Amino acid sequence: MNNEEVSHEQSLVVHDLGHAAHVHHHKQSFITKYIFSQDHKIISRQFLITGIIWALIGGLFSVIFRLQLGYPDSTFPFLQDLLGHWAPGGKLDPEFYYALVTMHGTILVFFVLTAGLSGTFANFLIPLQVGARDMASPFLNMLSYWFFFSASIVMFCSLFLQTGPASGGWTIYPPLSALGDAMSGSKTGMDMWLASMGLFIISQLLAGLNYITTILNMRTKGMSMTRLPLTIWSLFFTAVLGVLSFPVLLSAVVLLLFDRHLGTSFFLSDIVIGGKILPNEGGSPILFQHLFWFLGHPEVYIIALPAMGITSEVISVNSRKPIFGYMAMVGSFFAIAALSFMVWAHHMFVTGLNPFLGSFFVLLTLLIAVPSAIKVFNWLTTLWKGSIRFTPGMLFAIGFVSLFISGGLTGIWLGNSSLDIHLHDTYFVVAHFHLVMGVASMFGMFAGVYHWFPKMFGRYMNNTLSYIHFWITIAGAYCIFWPMHYEGLAGMPRRYYDFSNWESFKMFGGLNEFISVVALIVFATQLLFIFNFFYSIFKGRKVTTPNPWGATTLEWTTPIRPGHGNWISEIPEVYRWPYDYGKDGRDFIPQTEPVGENENRH
Amino acid sequence: METALARTKTHLWGGGRSPFNVSYGKLMMWYFLMSDSFTFGAFLISYGSIRFSLNYWVNHNYVFNEFPFTEANLPLAFVSLMTFILIFSSVTMVLAVHEGHKMNKKGVEKWLALTILGGLCFLGSQAWEWTGLITGHHKVLVDGAIQYWGTTVSHNPWGPKVLFHGEMVATPGPVAFGGYFFGITGFHGFHVFTGVIINSIMLTKTRLGHFEKRGHYEMIEKAGLYWHFVDLVWVFVFLCFYLI
Ligand code: HEM
Ligand SMILES: [Cu+2]
Repeated sequence: MNNEEVSHEQSLVVHDLGHAAHVHHHKQSFITKYIFSQDHKIISRQFLITGIIWALIGGLFSVIFRLQLGYPDSTFPFLQDLLGHWAPGGKLDPEFYYALVTMHGTILVFFVLTAGLSGTFANFLIPLQVGARDMASPFLNMLSYWFFFSASIVMFCSLFLQTGPASGGWTIYPPLSALGDAMSGSKTGMDMWLASMGLFIISQLLAGLNYITTILNMRTKGMSMTRLPLTIWSLFFTAVLGVLSFPVLLSAVVLLLFDRHLGTSFFLSDIVIGGKILPNEGGSPILFQHLFWFLGHPEVYIIALPAMGITSEVISVNSRKPIFGYMAMVGSFFAIAALSFMVWAHHMFVTGLNPFLGSFFVLLTLLIAVPSAIKVFNWLTTLWKGSIRFTPGMLFAIGFVSLFISGGLTGIWLGNSSLDIHLHDTYFVVAHFHLVMGVASMFGMFAGVYHWFPKMFGRYMNNTLSYIHFWITIAGAYCIFWPMHYEGLAGMPRRYYDFSNWESFKMFGGLNEFISVVALIVFATQLLFIFNFFYSIFKGRKVTTPNPWGATTLEWTTPIRPGHGNWISEIPEVYRWPYDYGKDGRDFIPQTEPVGENENRH
Repeated sequence: METALARTKTHLWGGGRSPFNVSYGKLMMWYFLMSDSFTFGAFLISYGSIRFSLNYWVNHNYVFNEFPFTEANLPLAFVSLMTFILIFSSVTMVLAVHEGHKMNKKGVEKWLALTILGGLCFLGSQAWEWTGLITGHHKVLVDGAIQYWGTTVSHNPWGPKVLFHGEMVATPGPVAFGGYFFGITGFHGFHVFTGVIINSIMLTKTRLGHFEKRGHYEMIEKAGLYWHFVDLVWVFVFLCFYLI
């Protein structure tokens, strides 16, 4: 069966819906329309809303552990009401502090910035921007969401275990994570973490396979690869990274489960625990780190690339200028994707890696800075002399660029293995990855939500609330993470419960308090966003024109509230690249417009 | 449809068609197999890195020398038979796909059934081999006394031999052997098992005439890709555990 047959089958289905637009309530029940839906646009919203719920939980966790870090000597009685025996007398239990940090990392990295970010935008944008009725396999697409959902349920349930959720850090290094006797968080909580991650990996696999095949196979006529918007290119490479790196995490998960329950010794050797000598020998905990970071490093780019794609698109649309260096952008996506498989050991410079081997990883790590810098340069030159419209989406896209620069520069410090001896596992690393990945990709996600909200829900979000959201969040992000560089340079280690025992870190007491206060404010501001989001879905100003931003890409050629199948009649054909802004005296030329006789070639 | 293909042949990547001229389902299967090969790759590379960090492994000719219904010492004979069965089932799968192209329902049924049979034989053999290893009684010198051990994830009776009361006796070998052997062959066996299930579903669908109605047997081709992949992985597993 080839592609044309497929699209033919689908267009028949869609015709049905198109004609029955007013009566389709009779045809689809609530369940098939909104719950077990195979429409990529619904699935995208499911990912988005699940992601938002997770972000709320993960963010709340960070506020709670920031309370401990900012006010190590105080008690907060309300914590006992909230957490029960995990906060006796209003003082956070040290074990639970680790649980909170671990869950914060796991939730934000995997559930929010992987599933929430690519899940939302890959699902929403790929069919709409390549000109397809739906994903290659809408059914597997639906499954991918429901696997994510079940992963979520398992992880969520683990929060309520008597022994607490996994607490060994989001990187779950053995032997700590392999031995239930090592700490309470390594008991059932760890098993549920592993089970949840297994489900999550399946979900990512199904999703990634779908994204790749849709982009390759389902492009509309004329949509050659070099006419794809950069969002699609970024999502393509994201999917490739996921399909090739998550299976390695699966191997690590499986081996760790065996070590935990079948008495194998993959990662364990010569361990004495509570005075008892364990029989395990010959295993290697470093092996786990290799397996983990072979996923882990591509994973950080799985998080960053979609944000980069969204940023490229939003910046170009709102500067009313073609993106600068389209092919360089595609090339640097490719370079980043390829290199990201060859740098994983920069997370392991001080864990017993051979220093000679380390020097190769230094070289390759620093090489990644080149394509990253190319991207930054191109964003800035796109902005340069543009007729910039400071929409909320645009502000967040510019914010992404700012944060990516700030966080990327410290990456170059860390990439030098000799400097990393000092900086590893300090707050410097925390500052680095929060700026470059955590906050920056959140900004990419916000940019995407604000920019495509009119397409997703047929309404606008409230602008005033959006501006407040932006300015407090960016100022807050810098206030939170900038000082952490100084703490890290002074040697303050990450993942500690209390620093007041160290004379040398006493000077940071006030700073830590400041960071915690700002964290609280920024968290509250996100509630504003969530309010704005849900309020606008139902009560926002209605979109009245199909193309409110004056964009060239295909999603804006659909009806304001597209049904399943996206285009009512034929799928439009594409004649040009997606960045014809300010060309030949015209503000923008849609991709669907044939190239005129006397038009300049770009 | 044929003419449409011919018309756009010059613009492979121009949109409106599959650049590789394959359906999305097959493309997905290919990418899935690529992904799965990374899982196996991770296992095998882990195995390799641990094995070569140890200064003693096991001698396959002693470990894998049993054959059903005989006490004879037949090193690697049984696993060769298993490998032969699995590869033969790949051949029958090719024939099933071939009959599918010819739209010959009876032929597809016959070869698919044989493929399933091959898969089941392989799984049965693996079960027999595992049982033999786990329940075996091999003399091991542990802390100055003789014990009788099977091969498990925590016991390895195949270590270096030492002289004990005038007799050469094995000492405990690296436990990593059992872990990786059972872990990896088990994971592969799990793949064979899912393959058998998939093939059984295909056989049922063939019998019910689903593919005949649809006008093509592409599902069989996709199942075939998976089956060949599982065989290919076995070749690597065989190489890494029984030969090297
Ligand atoms: C210029 C490019 C970059 C370089 C050279 C770089 C280098 C490094 C190095 C060497 C470390 C290890 C530090 C340590 O643990 O001692 C690190 C940590 C980290 N980086 Fe980067 N990085 C770069 C960009 C990025 C990007 C773009 C992201 C994500 C989008 C990212 C996310 C992370 C994360 C999450 C960690 C910490 C993981 C953990 O230990 O929990 N980095 N980076
Ligand atoms: Cu990294």
